[in-house]
Amino acid sequence: MSAINQSGWRPEMGPAEMGQAGHDAGATFTGNRALMLEEPLLFEIGRPDASGVDLPETVLMENRLGGMMRAAQVDLPGLSEPETVRHYTRLSRQNYAIDLGLFPLGSCTMKHNPRLNEKMARLPGFADIHPLQPVQSVQGALGLIHELAEWLKTLTGMAAVAMSPKAGAHGELCGLLAIRAAHDAAGSDRSVILVPESAHGTNPATAAFCGYKVENIPATAEGRVDLAALVSRLGPDVAGVMITNPNTCGLFERDMKKISDAVHAAGGYVYCDGANFNAIVGRVRPGDLGIDAMHINLHKTFSTPHGGGGPGSGPVVLSAALAPYAPLPFVERHGDRYELVEEETAGEHHAGTFGRMVAFHGQMGMFTRALTYILSHGADGLRQVAEDAVLNANYLLRSLDDVLVAPFGATGPCMHEALFSDDNFAEGFSTLDLAKGLIDEGYHPMTVYFPLVVHGAMLMEPTETESKAALDQFIGAIRSLAVRAKAGDPLLKSAPHFAPRRRLDETQAARKPVLIWQPPLVAEAAE
Amino acid sequence: MRYLPLTQGDRAEMLARIGATSIDDLFIDVPADARRDGPIAGLPPHASEMAVERHLTKLARQNLVAGEVPFFLGAGAYRHHVPASVDHLIQRGEFLTAYTPYQPEIAQGTLQMLFEFQTQVARLFGCDVANASMYDGSTACWEAISMARRVTKKARAVISNGLHPHYVSVATTMARFTGDQLVTATPDLAAEADSARVIAEIDSQTSCVVVQYPDILGRIPDLRPIAEAAHAQGALLIAVVTEPVALGLIRSPGELGADIVVGEGQSLGVGLQFGGPYLGLFACKEKFVRQMPGRLCGETVDADGKRGFVLTLSTREQHIRREKATSNICTNSGLCALAFNIHLTLLGGSGLEKLARLNHGRALAAAARLAQVPGVRLVNASFFNEFTIELPKEARPVVRALAERDVLGGVSLGRLYPGAEALGNGLVVAVTETASEDDIETFAVALQEVLA
Repeated sequence: MSAINQSGWRPEMGPAEMGQAGHDAGATFTGNRALMLEEPLLFEIGRPDASGVDLPETVLMENRLGGMMRAAQVDLPGLSEPETVRHYTRLSRQNYAIDLGLFPLGSCTMKHNPRLNEKMARLPGFADIHPLQPVQSVQGALGLIHELAEWLKTLTGMAAVAMSPKAGAHGELCGLLAIRAAHDAAGSDRSVILVPESAHGTNPATAAFCGYKVENIPATAEGRVDLAALVSRLGPDVAGVMITNPNTCGLFERDMKKISDAVHAAGGYVYCDGANFNAIVGRVRPGDLGIDAMHINLHKTFSTPHGGGGPGSGPVVLSAALAPYAPLPFVERHGDRYELVEEETAGEHHAGTFGRMVAFHGQMGMFTRALTYILSHGADGLRQVAEDAVLNANYLLRSLDDVLVAPFGATGPCMHEALFSDDNFAEGFSTLDLAKGLIDEGYHPMTVYFPLVVHGAMLMEPTETESKAALDQFIGAIRSLAVRAKAGDPLLKSAPHFAPRRRLDETQAARKPVLIWQPPLVAEAAE
Repeated sequence: MRYLPLTQGDRAEMLARIGATSIDDLFIDVPADARRDGPIAGLPPHASEMAVERHLTKLARQNLVAGEVPFFLGAGAYRHHVPASVDHLIQRGEFLTAYTPYQPEIAQGTLQMLFEFQTQVARLFGCDVANASMYDGSTACWEAISMARRVTKKARAVISNGLHPHYVSVATTMARFTGDQLVTATPDLAAEADSARVIAEIDSQTSCVVVQYPDILGRIPDLRPIAEAAHAQGALLIAVVTEPVALGLIRSPGELGADIVVGEGQSLGVGLQFGGPYLGLFACKEKFVRQMPGRLCGETVDADGKRGFVLTLSTREQHIRREKATSNICTNSGLCALAFNIHLTLLGGSGLEKLARLNHGRALAAAARLAQVPGVRLVNASFFNEFTIELPKEARPVVRALAERDVLGGVSLGRLYPGAEALGNGLVVAVTETASEDDIETFAVALQEVLA
């Protein structure tokens, strides 16, 4: 199999083609540009008999495979270790990452991931223990889960915490299942969950996933939940509301307590999407706002790495009203010993549990990292985290609101993220163009077209781990791009120009999905 | 504080630019009675790297480390040797600290990796397509049952009694709220899986049949007659693989007729980690692709005609489709998928087969040796690297007594099926390449002593 990249120049193309194979300069034989290295797929460079692991030949005199032995080895190419290291190192260099620069994805909270977290998670005492070992042999692990749980309860002012949810959306599911279980226990068959129109997509999807009907609540002109509209919709069919606070416009819901009181008075429960807890940690306890359930994304607020799309971790803090319905398993402390409450022991004192959400005990590897981060910051440091995150976001807001439209800028400060629209761009230019221009400037774009309540939304979250100098340079880049977008610079329309790839054809990808690699002949035959 | 770059001077300058007199001005929207004036009470202040490391290390030392003792636990989580380069590569900051690849021009590393991962999973499972991962095997299993309901418009799932009981629990939790009917049963200590029962339960209202392969007791059912019976009634066969290394030696579920194959990918690259994060695998026939949950990476071209990859078919997903999405999943197990991808690349098809042979060989030896212990009976007719033995007494206290002798000797069925008295003497034993001949001997001797 040829390792020459298909996108590169090949002799048969002739010299006249050389300038066109690449974008803005002459193409090279390899398709590489110095440190920008093209890398073929594993399936184009691997061989079925290549391997990077030394294993003995095992001669099986007999087998006990029940007649299911396969006729030939799985068709999977292998690579030696040097080839493997090079393949993935080259791939890694085509990624943007927080380690490289500011990553202002609003609501996603891309903050620095401390390396002490990684070191602690790899201690064999945490990394190399089995979830079903006798509890006597994993007391330290259970102790760690308990310690993290205590921090989360204290920081939020809540009665209980379910540690097992695997990510934010899974935490939402946990919260809503607890709400449903509570209504079931009360003999109530409420069927509706109210969700503000600015909510994350996971909120309505989660409500539907566990069998609820979803109704939208409008936002006010100030970017907050319309309290009057919400209150007027409450009634005996409403099981609860899902509110994000601080909300997806980057604003604190000033009426949160009033909302909670109204929902409770109407017999419902309040779920809070805690994706933005990083803005208030150490300064505000959600328990003081009447929240009944809130997930905490350990991969946002507590710095566990996003890993290119997970794993996350989404513990859910619960009010005293919902605590009896918390999922299994959970850790309990008895004197100096820790017990794991599972199906067997739940019956005695936790009969209301809605059951199990995952096979084992949750994201232990993320718990270790999050606790490491929490202990590093302490109560004082976590408060400073929220303050610096909010300060950095307001600094962006006030350094950019003269060149970009800030729809809620006049209503007061923002929290941890600053929201802008593309309302003042030239005809034919939108948020996407500024975002792609930002790539050429060496940044990851902000969150775009979300929340849906703002036209061409640009949601920028710098986080507390950016220095003032980094923010000043970013502000300069955005100001320059805003000028170009308002002037209708055609080069912006075709950005990015300097990334490993230019704009990708997403329509083609969806119209005729190619989701796995096939050998060229098979792929051609399928055309 | 070491993770916070702003100095007091920076903060003052920035507040001045904003036009605020103090940081409290920025929290003005928080109702006065909900503001905390100082650090939250009852929590310690910040700590140095050294102090934190000392504390965590102390906790870690209170656990019995699998790699330091004879170790035979499985039941959905397996200990395999992970090559050093896997952990090195997944710690590259460009992988570790990247986000979901929503901006494909600067995320081709993650996207190409996902495309390779999807191809590997599809080939391993014998399916047309695979997604970019789920949280773990148990949640992937429920998602498959849910998907079968969407495909067949029926809601009765027949579950083999060999499905991991925690997977059954997860499905039961969800079914209570979605109205799906689950037909379940508790296993018995039989040599063969419950294929006959499963086939007898299939009717015209059945959406799917869920069969673990190899199953919780380690038995390897022939999926073909089950697939045939399911298809005859318009139901789908969902195969669940909790030990993907087995597929290096036994036929793929797709080849045997499964419509959806899900599994736990933890065995390759990820490690034990006390149960998480793990890696949900999800593959199916191409005709069902638009009903799949989770993210999908697809091939396309850029404006210059160069090959590139993007997340695709996102009209199935929550961020576009909201309450009509196929699932609520967002963040999944990207970095674990990378670890799996790298480990499987290092093995290749030939290495995977060698690894599987080695596992089966060790398991054969261990099964023979343990069966020599007085009173111990091997239950299985078939197995790969995990089998069930019946002890002459209740297995749970035996497991605890073994742990006190620094032998981690399997998972008792009493732990997995509390209250099922007929299973109380059952012990599920997993034997991978990490168990040496000495380990097997130590285990057998210790078991004999504990039983005596």
